[in-house]
Amino acid sequence: MSIGSIGECPPSAGPSAVKWMGWTAVALVAWTIVYSQLVPFADWVVAATHVDPKSHLGEALAFFAYDTPKVLMLLTLVVFGMGVVRSFFSPEKTRALLAGKREGIGNVLAASLGIVTPFCSCSAVPLFIGFVSAGVPLGVTFSFLISAPMVNEVALGLLFALVGWKVAVTYLVFGLAVAIVSGWVIGRFHLEHWLEDWVRNIRANATELPPERLTVVDRIKAGLEAVKDIVGKVWPWIIAGIAAGAFIHGYVPADLLATIMGRGAWWSVPAAVVIGIPIYSNAAGIIPVVEALLAKGAALGTVLAFMMSVIALSLPEMIILRKVLTIRLIVVFVGVVGAGILAVGFLFNALFQ
Amino acid sequence: MKDVKVLGPGCKRCITAAEMVQAEADKLGVPVKVEKITDYAAIASYGIASTPGIVIDGKVVHAGGLPKSEDLARWLAA
Repeated sequence: MSIGSIGECPPSAGPSAVKWMGWTAVALVAWTIVYSQLVPFADWVVAATHVDPKSHLGEALAFFAYDTPKVLMLLTLVVFGMGVVRSFFSPEKTRALLAGKREGIGNVLAASLGIVTPFCSCSAVPLFIGFVSAGVPLGVTFSFLISAPMVNEVALGLLFALVGWKVAVTYLVFGLAVAIVSGWVIGRFHLEHWLEDWVRNIRANATELPPERLTVVDRIKAGLEAVKDIVGKVWPWIIAGIAAGAFIHGYVPADLLATIMGRGAWWSVPAAVVIGIPIYSNAAGIIPVVEALLAKGAALGTVLAFMMSVIALSLPEMIILRKVLTIRLIVVFVGVVGAGILAVGFLFNALFQ
Repeated sequence: MKDVKVLGPGCKRCITAAEMVQAEADKLGVPVKVEKITDYAAIASYGIASTPGIVIDGKVVHAGGLPKSEDLARWLAA
């Protein structure tokens, strides 16, 4: 490479960086102003339809008119923020941090990095092999693979928006706990011989990538890219989820759910986990439903267990992982994670009377 | 002739990445042979942990997400 070529220049805060940061600040202020007007907006929508606000239809309408813009706006903000944060991480950097780490501390680190490392499900197999062949212990790799889809910004952002920060923090802490403990338990079983043969035979050296030089502008662009990518993909799910939630709000009698999904029914937690496995939805579709269920008297532990099961254990993911794991190892994976989710459900129902 | 390999199981981003390489090379007038590597074992042998990955003349230059076109230009010109 010749001296003075473009790549040698260090990131600098030129006039374009100032412009980008200025526009970001303007957008944030506009966001705040619009967000503060959502309640009057929803009232206006309901009033404009001339439906009695106290009727079933009126309650469903108000829920829909308020929640749809609120959720989409909060989600956009959270996804933008996470997009910027994630530009500081990559699976290769995470792997370098995890390689050779002891189990225990490795599981904690892997589950935490699972939140901030950019990860898409089509990369799950290369990531799995890349981690294991570079000396990341199997259990630590699992902690990452459980945490990455389950504790993500869409789930946390929506929970925060719809159910409140307490439940969002609870979900974060216990989602991490399930990922850490499940990965650690799988590691204790020493099941490396249950990987597919070809995976065990790969001996690849972890490649050092040339260091990226990202400017502030690149990171803001990464945030916008994430918004385009994620919000652009999940918004139909959100609207469908909010419509389902609005229906539950307006029409499903509270007593019914309190009986089926309330604390009194001990069997509702295992039932929620089992039902959640074949259901494939992402956080975006399930959380508006979760909110409505909670409002109608379903127990928090049962609902959290259902949500974790839907997001963390999905058939498509298992089919992808089947390329690298034997059936026996997948069964162990589902069993251990399912047991962890079950424990979270029961614990919550016992703690929050 | 530069030998470019795009590593990825065949997801949309991998296809887009391959198209970006070809387009950038055409723009710069650099002759390239773009090959898609979709076999998981072959991808893993390059030591990356995320896809799409880009390998130019045997050297891994990029992994994970779409490359920036100015980076592509730099790698192809090197």
